[in-house]
Amino acid sequence: MKLLKTLMTGAAALSLMATTASAEEMRIALVVKALGIGFFEAANKGAQEAAEELGDVEIIYTGPTDTTAEGQIEVINSLIAQRVDAIAISANDTDALVPTLKKAMDRGITVISWDSGVAPEGRQMQLNPSSSPLIGNMIIKLAADHLPDGGDVAVLSATTTSTNQNVWIEEMNKVAGDYPNVNVVATVYGDDLADKSYREAQGLMQTYPDLKAIIAPTSVGIVAAAQAVTDAGKIGEVNVTGLGLPSEMAGHVESGASESFAIWNPIDLGYSATMIAYHLAKGDATAEPGATIPIGRMGEVTLDENSEAAMADPFVYDASNVEEFSSIF
Amino acid sequence: MSLLKSREAILALAMLLLLAVIASRFPGFVAPRNLAGVFTDTSPLILLALGQMVVILTKCIDLSVAANLALCGMIAALMDGMGVPLPLILLAVLALGAALGAANGALVWLLGIPSIVVTLGTMTIYRGTIFLLTGGAWINAHQMSASFKAFPRAVFLGLPVMAWIAIAVVAVMAVVMTRTPLGRAFYAVGGNPHAAVYTGISVGRTQFAAFVIAGALAGLTGYLWVARYAVAYVDIAGGFELDVVAACVIGGIAIAGGAGTVAGCVMGALFLGIIKNALPVVGISPFWQMAISGSAILIAIAFNARKRDPGRIILKQAEHRT
Repeated sequence: MKLLKTLMTGAAALSLMATTASAEEMRIALVVKALGIGFFEAANKGAQEAAEELGDVEIIYTGPTDTTAEGQIEVINSLIAQRVDAIAISANDTDALVPTLKKAMDRGITVISWDSGVAPEGRQMQLNPSSSPLIGNMIIKLAADHLPDGGDVAVLSATTTSTNQNVWIEEMNKVAGDYPNVNVVATVYGDDLADKSYREAQGLMQTYPDLKAIIAPTSVGIVAAAQAVTDAGKIGEVNVTGLGLPSEMAGHVESGASESFAIWNPIDLGYSATMIAYHLAKGDATAEPGATIPIGRMGEVTLDENSEAAMADPFVYDASNVEEFSSIF
Repeated sequence: MSLLKSREAILALAMLLLLAVIASRFPGFVAPRNLAGVFTDTSPLILLALGQMVVILTKCIDLSVAANLALCGMIAALMDGMGVPLPLILLAVLALGAALGAANGALVWLLGIPSIVVTLGTMTIYRGTIFLLTGGAWINAHQMSASFKAFPRAVFLGLPVMAWIAIAVVAVMAVVMTRTPLGRAFYAVGGNPHAAVYTGISVGRTQFAAFVIAGALAGLTGYLWVARYAVAYVDIAGGFELDVVAACVIGGIAIAGGAGTVAGCVMGALFLGIIKNALPVVGISPFWQMAISGSAILIAIAFNARKRDPGRIILKQAEHRT
């Protein structure tokens, strides 16, 4: 830990010198899992937006052509040779990239990971798109927003042992008291299989004829539930919401089976990662547990004991924006 | 024959009992409309189980049916995306499914590799092919044409087309299995391969035919599945092959080959279908659901094993024919 800290302060100091030496332009490399993936192209859009806002930043958007750790190692090595000021990476492997990223930090390059993280030794901080409490709150809020008079809602999860979903549902139940009108009547499991999820959604509608919403915090479940609601002719009666991808949900939002759903916004993520990399490289923020780093229009993030931070609430997609994002991811 | 009949009678009785128990907890389940829904929902299982039945009758097993379904479903969705008209898509999935089945059959027939090994391999290959075709991307509801999604749902004489297709295939298979030389050959090959050879039946070719039938049915079901759930991706129907085998076993198809009927197979599939559809509505903890499905399968197998009659003469009819 101590070594890490010295390294990090050393890195910050060095990069500070580097920036003052090369004067105006700071070069931040946005390294993605692979080129040509809509999600990351969108993140790049956000990074460009941040660069424009900051003024003195050049974004190098790069990554391997396929999602391998080896490809990313090559890319990072070439970035080290180019002496960039900061690397913000969405990693293909938690551990494999650590030695290379350490080398980058030794050379005074600021290294952060975002989206898909790197082990703590290989980065200064990790930016998560959201956090379990934020997600748990968001999924019940989505249901409540379209239920002014309240009503019964049910959860359609993945498997009984899916860690992510279980944590989110637990967090949701913690804050359920804040939405007194919304009555969570059941949690069922579709095992992330389209047919079982469809059947479970059908079962929910039969068992609870007054059901007003189905919350599915899984991308397979939300699509299957929306289809089940459509086939049951209950569009407008039962609202399907939860976590899904715009490309997969566009049709169901258009049909009205889903009023809205949430997932991270890759544009915001790229924007925030760039902001953080900028402030760390500039030296006006440090990456240590408890530190707060400003991220422009997104506010600020606070690092936890593992130097990880959650960006924001999941972003809500509805009829007004799903079309635009469905071509992205 | 009386023994077989009684086994199916027992299964029918078990199904009625099951329905009664479900009705006592959730009366709405036995409403005709809901039962029609259950039948429609079980149609894919019935179609695949019929194909699997033929394969099992010949002492083989086809573990690649679900992967075959997924691949054909994905191809159907891709073809729809290219604007190919629906009748052509239907023909294409039937042909492709049959070809994939034929690949299994050829390996079993010509190279003499055990079917469980062959289909374990092709299962992975077929799933892998979907990934190669799509790079892991999904094809979603809004990317499919309306007619593509509407066909299995279109209601005709009170039942969706999907259910009618299952009924039609059941009828055809019933005729093939009991009224044609090919049907009898399936029983002969599984019942006593050596005797089958002496009566002039090629064991390998019969097994090949069984795989082709299973493949074609899986291909057709692939389209129905994708259109019904309005989504196609690599993992659709993951693990479904085991449900299919379970339906056959519950339906009294002898896993050692040679014995079993279309009626039993259909009832086995319906039995599983009823359980799958009832569990979500009768309010049983999800943690118990898998255990209950598993127990039902074990009980059925125990029943069948006890009832197995080793001395059945299968070639009696074939002897008269040849």
